[in-house]
Amino acid sequence: MGKTMAEKILSKKSNTSAKAGDLVVAQVDLAMGQDGTTPLAIRSFEEMGGKGVFDPDRIILVIDHNAPSPLEMVSRLHDSMRNFSQKYGVKLFDVGCGVCHELMVAQGLVVPGDLVIGADSHTCTYGALGAFSTGVGSTELAAVMIGGKLWFKVPETIKVNLVGQLPPGVFSKDVILHLAGKLGADGATYRSLEFYGPVIDNLEVEERLTISNMAVEVGAKTGLIPPDEKTIAWVKQRSKREFEPVYADSDAHYIDTITLDCSSLSPQIALPHRVDQVSSVEEINQEIPIQEAFLGTCTNGRAKDIEVAARILTGKKIDPRVRLIVAPASREIFMQAVKAGWVEAIVEAGGTFVTPGCGPCVGTHQGVPGDGWNVISTANRNFKGRMGNNQAFIYLGSPATVAASALEGKIADPRKYLEG
Amino acid sequence: MILRGKSHKFGDDINTDYIISGKYKFKTLDMNELAKHVMEDIDPNFYQKVKPGDFVVAGKNFGCGSSREQAPRALLACGIRGVLAESFARIFFRNAINCGLVALECDTSKIEEGEQLEVDLVQGVVKNLTREETIPTQPMPPVMLDILKEGGLVEYFKKHGSFPDL
Repeated sequence: MGKTMAEKILSKKSNTSAKAGDLVVAQVDLAMGQDGTTPLAIRSFEEMGGKGVFDPDRIILVIDHNAPSPLEMVSRLHDSMRNFSQKYGVKLFDVGCGVCHELMVAQGLVVPGDLVIGADSHTCTYGALGAFSTGVGSTELAAVMIGGKLWFKVPETIKVNLVGQLPPGVFSKDVILHLAGKLGADGATYRSLEFYGPVIDNLEVEERLTISNMAVEVGAKTGLIPPDEKTIAWVKQRSKREFEPVYADSDAHYIDTITLDCSSLSPQIALPHRVDQVSSVEEINQEIPIQEAFLGTCTNGRAKDIEVAARILTGKKIDPRVRLIVAPASREIFMQAVKAGWVEAIVEAGGTFVTPGCGPCVGTHQGVPGDGWNVISTANRNFKGRMGNNQAFIYLGSPATVAASALEGKIADPRKYLEG
Repeated sequence: MILRGKSHKFGDDINTDYIISGKYKFKTLDMNELAKHVMEDIDPNFYQKVKPGDFVVAGKNFGCGSSREQAPRALLACGIRGVLAESFARIFFRNAINCGLVALECDTSKIEEGEQLEVDLVQGVVKNLTREETIPTQPMPPVMLDILKEGGLVEYFKKHGSFPDL
């Protein structure tokens, strides 16, 4: 019997022949922590008696969730990360560098075939490069920083075939929201996803990142996309590391296979307060006025995302009752957006930019909504209170949907702005 | 290890943002401070209601969402000794055990708010003392039971210097 991508990567990293259900101890290629989880990991590291790190080049720390610091207490926690980085020679991306999951891939740190853990649930994003990557807690990050190893239960895998062709105005975000609606918030718990099909083949790498990013929203441990020529060229442009892509065997065992035809897919919206409560934009037959529109995050803060918003907003003005906030996923993307004129188009339309990083996604700063507000966001979560106010309502959609909604002051279908 | 306490009942898909909101957890590592805000967005009086040793009882996919370890740690700090659920999201499940918070999968449909429970961790049995019913639990991987018995991963590492053998 052949092996899935998850079984193969975990076998390779544990020097065993691992099958779904086995427990293995595996060597981790990279370990990542951000400012919401690393200060606690540092405390656990010290409590565990950590005297050094297993390999300073394989540990990456990022200050992105609450950056720049809004409070003195947060500044102290950030300083604990800076001190740790200096003491052990660990790489730290400080305020303004961008979102951890964008930096991990765009800075050439992760390569196909890697096993990566991160103290952030959206670590599954690097599955788009064919790396087995998954979220862990702070104390497990501490244990990996000390010893470089972690135990894993080898997951069963669900194969997802995305067939057909995406219509104009419909994006990878719509695909993954639609899948979340089909599978439910626990539809892939303890499992790995493997994505195949012409829809995946036709997506650029940065669009595939959006799909793998949201694997955790259906409970999955990781969301793997087999590396193709595009992936390999993309990684080689960014990384000096040698790598060997890992593919599933043709006779691998899948616990389930799901096929979705995307040819007639419409823009999708996740309704408050559940990521799996998904509706197509036409099915929303009431007018939903919005007070805030947010474009950014590890899901959709990349160049193509800002470009499509700029294309929709050029020469127009957003509804004056809407606050449109844009957080580029990295400094490089921000610079690209400046040079290409996207920043000018969005700012002239009435939008505003905040520091590259997580922006208002986690409810700590930079755009906490008011009572009763509806927010349309490109993020991956719309839980009650997620953006810092449990009296607000968060809707999720693609960057094009967010831009169109900002223009109209209500949840809107972006397709009419993208024809021809 | 026998634990006794009262149940606090919740539904399906209780995410870690509900357990402890991002607006609090990014500010401090003081779990006693975070404990005051546990479950605040869905049950504002939760902190006042909990007595030391109590259990959270929930439906499926408890602890989904963010990887924040502050979620099980803040539950412990407010007095919760364990969580019984139909199923857990995987990161929360690992974090709970690593922090020494008991997390057991079992049929929770016959446990209501305020009922007295007794949990035998080694035997893997939950007793609903109010209804005089016994509920079997899903066995935990031995690696997790070893960590839990030491009180969590920090304690385990202090004593053994590495993960348990598989």
